[in-house]
Amino acid sequence: MLTTLRWIIQRDMTLASRGRAGVLSTLFFFVIVVSLFPLGVGPELSVLRTIAPGVVSVAALLASMLSLDRMFAHDYLDGSLEQLMLVPQPLSIVVLGKIIAHWLLTGVPLVLIAPVLGVQFDLPPKALVTLVFALLLGTPVLSLVGAIGAALTLGLRGGGVLVSLLVLPLCVPVLIFTAGAVEASITGASAEPHLSLLGAVLVLALLFVPWTTAAALRISME
Amino acid sequence: MARRNINWFKYTSPASFYPLAGKMIPWFAAATVLLLMAGLYIGFFVAPTDYKQGEAYRIIYIHVPSAWMAMFLYLLMAFYAGLGLAFNARLWSMMASAIAPTGALFTFISLWTGALWGKPMWGTWWVWDARLTSTLILFFLYLGFLSLQSVIEDARRADRAGALLALVGAVNVPIIYFSVQWWNTLHQGASIRLGDTPSIAPVMLAALLIMTAACWMYSITVTLMRVRCIILERESRAPWVAELLGETK
Repeated sequence: MLTTLRWIIQRDMTLASRGRAGVLSTLFFFVIVVSLFPLGVGPELSVLRTIAPGVVSVAALLASMLSLDRMFAHDYLDGSLEQLMLVPQPLSIVVLGKIIAHWLLTGVPLVLIAPVLGVQFDLPPKALVTLVFALLLGTPVLSLVGAIGAALTLGLRGGGVLVSLLVLPLCVPVLIFTAGAVEASITGASAEPHLSLLGAVLVLALLFVPWTTAAALRISME
Repeated sequence: MARRNINWFKYTSPASFYPLAGKMIPWFAAATVLLLMAGLYIGFFVAPTDYKQGEAYRIIYIHVPSAWMAMFLYLLMAFYAGLGLAFNARLWSMMASAIAPTGALFTFISLWTGALWGKPMWGTWWVWDARLTSTLILFFLYLGFLSLQSVIEDARRADRAGALLALVGAVNVPIIYFSVQWWNTLHQGASIRLGDTPSIAPVMLAALLIMTAACWMYSITVTLMRVRCIILERESRAPWVAELLGETK
């Protein structure tokens, strides 16, 4: 089972690295959206500091939505998804592999670039560390919850907009806790409760999502 | 032993449920009208004016029942959708699709009346308060369910995909609710709790409960009407539908 998992992750990473544009465009989207906010709100640092946690987590949410169609849609179009579903291994393992690959390709770059953006918003060093940890716990949940939406809308016309409509409301807790953690560490309070809750959400999602997504794929593929 | 075996599953077949629903609709419709008239009369003419909130408080007779219905109908919808998914039964999935628009409507009404109530009470149409926000998110969840079902052309796939979404949403509702609650709260606490003396006047409580019953009856009526339409639409190729339509023509 672990071999399957590793093999799926490796396969998706290789496919993505052959056409690098997709991965980089998600990252650039994230950077551009975050950088647009000071232009819209004004350059006062005190204002920027208060909106920074929200802006970064909303932008991360949108960036991870944008890249969701890559999780299953390409494999669905060229038929390899059907072959993957025939693999004599639990489908949820295959799904988990694809989710992990998606997170490594979109979530991790966001986590790595986030401190730089945080500096743009004049966040104190302690808040930057919290931001990295919060995103590290939050972005996998976004990939996980997004996988359900991506599987349900597979092959539908207008699926891209629909997937956001389905997934965004479900991601509200992640948004609240990520922004809450960073805000707490700006004001000097402990960010730990928010981070613990994010961790709890992550564990819960890890437990249920692969299985739910596998069921959704079976519904969409029959 | 098995001589008087009641066939519990008889009415899970659309063909036998269709006439049953037709027979039930007038009763529930009559109950809706009677309860609505009684509730509105008590609420607007009998119940006393609130000493603090004045006449404007009377909007709760619509606001609170619709908010209750909004939450409850989502769970009911998820329940029916789950049954439909688990037993692969068409009728239950059709019931879930029939409930969804009513639930969305009630969510919208509760947001709308809440805004109308908020203006004189809090001095603002909208605040980012926990309950308002979670109701808004509930509204988004309904919209997601409705749009997912409308985009998928194959009815069975629409049923099952919608069911999965409704179930995921139902699991998420408490998480969303509490996360928003910790985030911010301004809304007054609940006035009515089980096993607790209600903190409002008995007349007001009576009007509120009658209005809630009226909303219930209304939901049942329109759900049954809608499910009849869905049955006819989906089963339009079945012989019994052709027979039925032939008779009425």
